[in-house]
Amino acid sequence: MTNLNSLTISEARDKLKSKEISSLELTNSCLSAIDAADALGAFVHKTPELATEQAKRADERLKKENAPDLCGIPLGIKDLFCTKGVESQAASRILENFKPEYESSVSQNLIDNGTVMLGKLNMDEFAMGSSNETSIYGNAINPWKFDDRGLTPGGSSGGSAAAVAADLCLAATGTDTGGSIRQPAAFTGIVGIKPTYGRCSRWGIIAFASSLDQAGPMTKTVRDGAIMLEAMAGNDPKDSTSANIEVPNFEAMLTGDIKGKRIGIPKEYRLDGMPSEIEKLWADGTDMLRQAGAKIENISLPHTKYALPAYYVIAPAEASSNLARYDGVRYGRRAVLSSGDGINEMYEKTRAEGFGPEVKRRVMIGTYVLSAGFYDAYYNRARRVRALIKKDFDEVFADGVDAILTPTTPSAAFGLGEMSDADPVQMYLNDVFTVTVNLAGLPGVSIPTGVDKSGLPLGLQVIGRPWEEGDMLNIAYSLEQSAGFSSKPSKWW
Amino acid sequence: MSIDENTAAKVAKLARIEVESQDLKALAKEFNDILGFIEQLNEVDVEGIEPMTSVTPQKLIRRSDNVTDGNKQTSVLNNAPISREGFYAVPKVVE
Repeated sequence: MTNLNSLTISEARDKLKSKEISSLELTNSCLSAIDAADALGAFVHKTPELATEQAKRADERLKKENAPDLCGIPLGIKDLFCTKGVESQAASRILENFKPEYESSVSQNLIDNGTVMLGKLNMDEFAMGSSNETSIYGNAINPWKFDDRGLTPGGSSGGSAAAVAADLCLAATGTDTGGSIRQPAAFTGIVGIKPTYGRCSRWGIIAFASSLDQAGPMTKTVRDGAIMLEAMAGNDPKDSTSANIEVPNFEAMLTGDIKGKRIGIPKEYRLDGMPSEIEKLWADGTDMLRQAGAKIENISLPHTKYALPAYYVIAPAEASSNLARYDGVRYGRRAVLSSGDGINEMYEKTRAEGFGPEVKRRVMIGTYVLSAGFYDAYYNRARRVRALIKKDFDEVFADGVDAILTPTTPSAAFGLGEMSDADPVQMYLNDVFTVTVNLAGLPGVSIPTGVDKSGLPLGLQVIGRPWEEGDMLNIAYSLEQSAGFSSKPSKWW
Repeated sequence: MSIDENTAAKVAKLARIEVESQDLKALAKEFNDILGFIEQLNEVDVEGIEPMTSVTPQKLIRRSDNVTDGNKQTSVLNNAPISREGFYAVPKVVE
């Protein structure tokens, strides 16, 4: 029989409810898999005792009627989520030893649904990166490989992606500011959902760029993503941007029937020099949707080209403001001071040794674009371009398009260290297909639909209308059924 | 426009991040690479377009002005690098 840790959420749910397995057995299976997978660098703080206690409690709850779907399901939680009494460091040295006194709203929602937390997952420092190489914990490594080289699982939610792809947990939480759920999902052959901005509370998630950040599930199937998103989402008075909109039963919307749905194919996403494998993946996905009865339409999103440069003004600007709180006074690390050092030396030394190079770079870029004399030229201009990017989408949706199909990434997973000599802009290009969705506040999902010539997974992205994650997931579900992607990485770790 | 070492030093100061003087040249180059990329935004006609303040049309929700939490001095100070007598401790701020 298959190991319990390789079950999907929906399979495990049925087995837990029929008492075929217990949450404790399922949890122990994951804990063993985690202990045997240190080479992946996915779990950076393990919480076996907490997991065991939560599993026992879930088993009690499962004895009663009407236990939630996620009751007893073991999950990994990205290190960006504050988890009460458990290290939450955003993979940064500056939050060394930080143990929150509170639980983030999203992880609390999951706990209320009876989930089990196996531990915290690796990520790029403060979610800034696309390869998980900026983490203070060291690299997370993709369970997929085709030669001796270690590949990136993507980023920033690289640990979450690696853990789910390697069956260390049934699913994981991620966060997505410019593609940080969808890009790693594509690189590791799993499903990653970035919900509509405001769907999941940001309270207790360590902030990067508040107008772009959204939490979402990273799962083995679209069905699992639907189940988990419903549990994570919901209005939260502690986040003023959290929407007071009812959360539907997303799973019930997965009918697979997409007849008559209008799917837009944006011409601006066809980049010069796009690898033929990505072209083919996209064309194949388009055919699958057409054969399932959808109407395919060519659309135009004319400001697409300006999304990345706008993002690299707005995100660093918000980061420079959000990260101003790391001052060595209230939490985390403080630099050792020399005699005579005053408060400014304390700030400057603490932040110099506490932040890694990519974080410092973005904080300083953000400081520059917000500084007197440049605010209008950079920050306000970027926000105006952002308004135009959103308008592009608004117009397409107003014309009756139900969803948009694009590739998730411009390539498959690349080798760790391969980008270390490239200038920062080269790494930023990873987000070229995903970042528009954050700027426009839309929902997006990445689904694995094929492999490249080396056998590495590739993903397609479905972009939905605001608040219509259910419809979007149903289209993704249809694509998942047609593509029939079922490859798993062979175990080398 | 291009950023020189003096500007890089000024930005580092504003961001309260210590940068060694020998590292300023490389930092200025990185800034110029990124700003060069951002310059593309100048091609866009933004005449009459308001800067976006909220990506969803909803108005920021106001809560009622009531005290709902508090009296947690110990938990607030639990994560402080240095605290003394119920306060955060920092180097001398005023002479």
